[in-house]
Amino acid sequence: MNELATLTKEVKEPVSERLDVEAVRKEFPILKREVHGKPLVYLDSAATSQKPLEVIETLNHFYRTTNANIHRGIYLISEEATALYEGARKKVARFLGARSWREVIFTRSATEAINLVAYAWGRENVKAGDVILLTEMEHHSNLIPWQLLAKEKEARLEFIRFDNEGHLQLEDLDTYLKEKVKIVALTQMSNVLGTINPVKEITKRAHDAGAVVLVDGAQSVPHMRVNVQEIGCDFLAFSGHKMCGPSGIGGLYGRKEILEKMNPFLGGGEMILEVTLRDARWNELPYKFEAGTQSIADGIGLGKAVDFLNRIGLDAICEHERELVEYAMNRLNEVEGVKIYGPHDEERGSALAITLEGVHPHDLASLLDAEGIAVRAGHHCTMPLHQKLEVPATTRASFYLYNTKEEVDKLVEGLRKSKELFGI
Amino acid sequence: MSALSELYQEVILDHHKKPRNFYKLKGANRSAEGDNPLCGDRIYVYLQLEDGVIREISFQGTGCAISRASASLMTASLKGKTQAEAESLFKKFHRMVTRGGNGSLDPAELGKLAVFSGVSEFPVRVKCATLAWHTLRAALKGKEEIVSTE
Repeated sequence: MNELATLTKEVKEPVSERLDVEAVRKEFPILKREVHGKPLVYLDSAATSQKPLEVIETLNHFYRTTNANIHRGIYLISEEATALYEGARKKVARFLGARSWREVIFTRSATEAINLVAYAWGRENVKAGDVILLTEMEHHSNLIPWQLLAKEKEARLEFIRFDNEGHLQLEDLDTYLKEKVKIVALTQMSNVLGTINPVKEITKRAHDAGAVVLVDGAQSVPHMRVNVQEIGCDFLAFSGHKMCGPSGIGGLYGRKEILEKMNPFLGGGEMILEVTLRDARWNELPYKFEAGTQSIADGIGLGKAVDFLNRIGLDAICEHERELVEYAMNRLNEVEGVKIYGPHDEERGSALAITLEGVHPHDLASLLDAEGIAVRAGHHCTMPLHQKLEVPATTRASFYLYNTKEEVDKLVEGLRKSKELFGI
Repeated sequence: MSALSELYQEVILDHHKKPRNFYKLKGANRSAEGDNPLCGDRIYVYLQLEDGVIREISFQGTGCAISRASASLMTASLKGKTQAEAESLFKKFHRMVTRGGNGSLDPAELGKLAVFSGVSEFPVRVKCATLAWHTLRAALKGKEEIVSTE
């Protein structure tokens, strides 16, 4: 098989039902490194995931052999680059269960995808007095674009609350849906609480009330099977770098009917069919929304990441993380002074936000770093959520397919050492 | 000593646990609020400034061990100092935590504040150590807005 064919070949079925974590770890070169003289324990995958060798090599290989601009060259390597890029789009479309590759728009990030909707759809469809319904647990990326839109249009922002266990209070949804809700935009998996929201049920209720639904899949898509047709949502934003892909690439799934009616987001090259000095006709989907030269290599790298995840299997990844989180919650509960936020049941994602009494999250993260453990401390781009929890900050450990129970043990040991140093 | 135990010296942990001058100063004629949005730290510095001299100084707020200890040690070092002396001390302190004090600074000039020299090994923690000082400077200038490290 030639190299181009190797890159284009798609993996659809996982090799086994159970995840062999030691084998998986060998595919991630960075996991071999040491920090502060200790093996790296990477527990910050909710911020960004590590990259398997095949994704790294795909980028390298592309720049070495196939680099050219896409959709325009009459020459061979441009055709090859176009085939790889569009091949990646098709892989992503199948991965998300879209009906057509035309429903997948590549963006720089999930953030840009949400902004695209807030601008291109929002400005046409949201009027003064309309309700934009979000939840209290949204990442700033699914909050600020709507704040900007609401201010411009004098629309109302409303929020579905969450309870003490981090579950959405769906009675709020029903209450607001009696009003003029134009769009419901919510995360499928909280990046702090780990809550998995019932997006299918919410979409159904929202559609019955005539509202459009955007799902923020930045945290869910890397970790569980997500099928946009099954959810029924109109839009789903996702991030490439959180799902083993390169940074600088993400995307938006949008239902074809709704995308076709929308105006473009950014104007420029590639998104037009015909241009005169005073006017232009828009290109067909998805190119209408892809102005300018795209992040070509990163898009191709994302396609390879999809292959990788398909080979390991989302179900196997999901099960591995479920076991790991259950183990982590049990072990963390052994440490006096630890408080875990979010659901305490099994149906949760792998982001675990904690506080340790007497040790500020920022100190804790520094102390864990000295043990080689990478965690995040702060508000994780969810300031309103932390205001609700009434803590200025939390420490977050988040897991992915390459994490082990031994790493959880090291985290727990790190917490004990921190308490010792602080004399608690 | 490892870089980490250099950062979390006993003096720092002591000031974190038992912060000095940790109350709202009654009769303060200057005050300011400082904010470190990255880690959610928030601090209030209160001053009684008379003829350019800091007669009384106190602080309140929440933050990590480094920011709280820094505020505590700052208030302890500044009582009775002139505005110009405070500014000079800030500059030395800032140089120490950003570039490291070795060679260029006489530790005696900084007194107890020298315990923060380990901060320079942790660039992300510089903001924690300097939050109280930035807030102090805002209070001295009589600024009303919230000072942010971002």
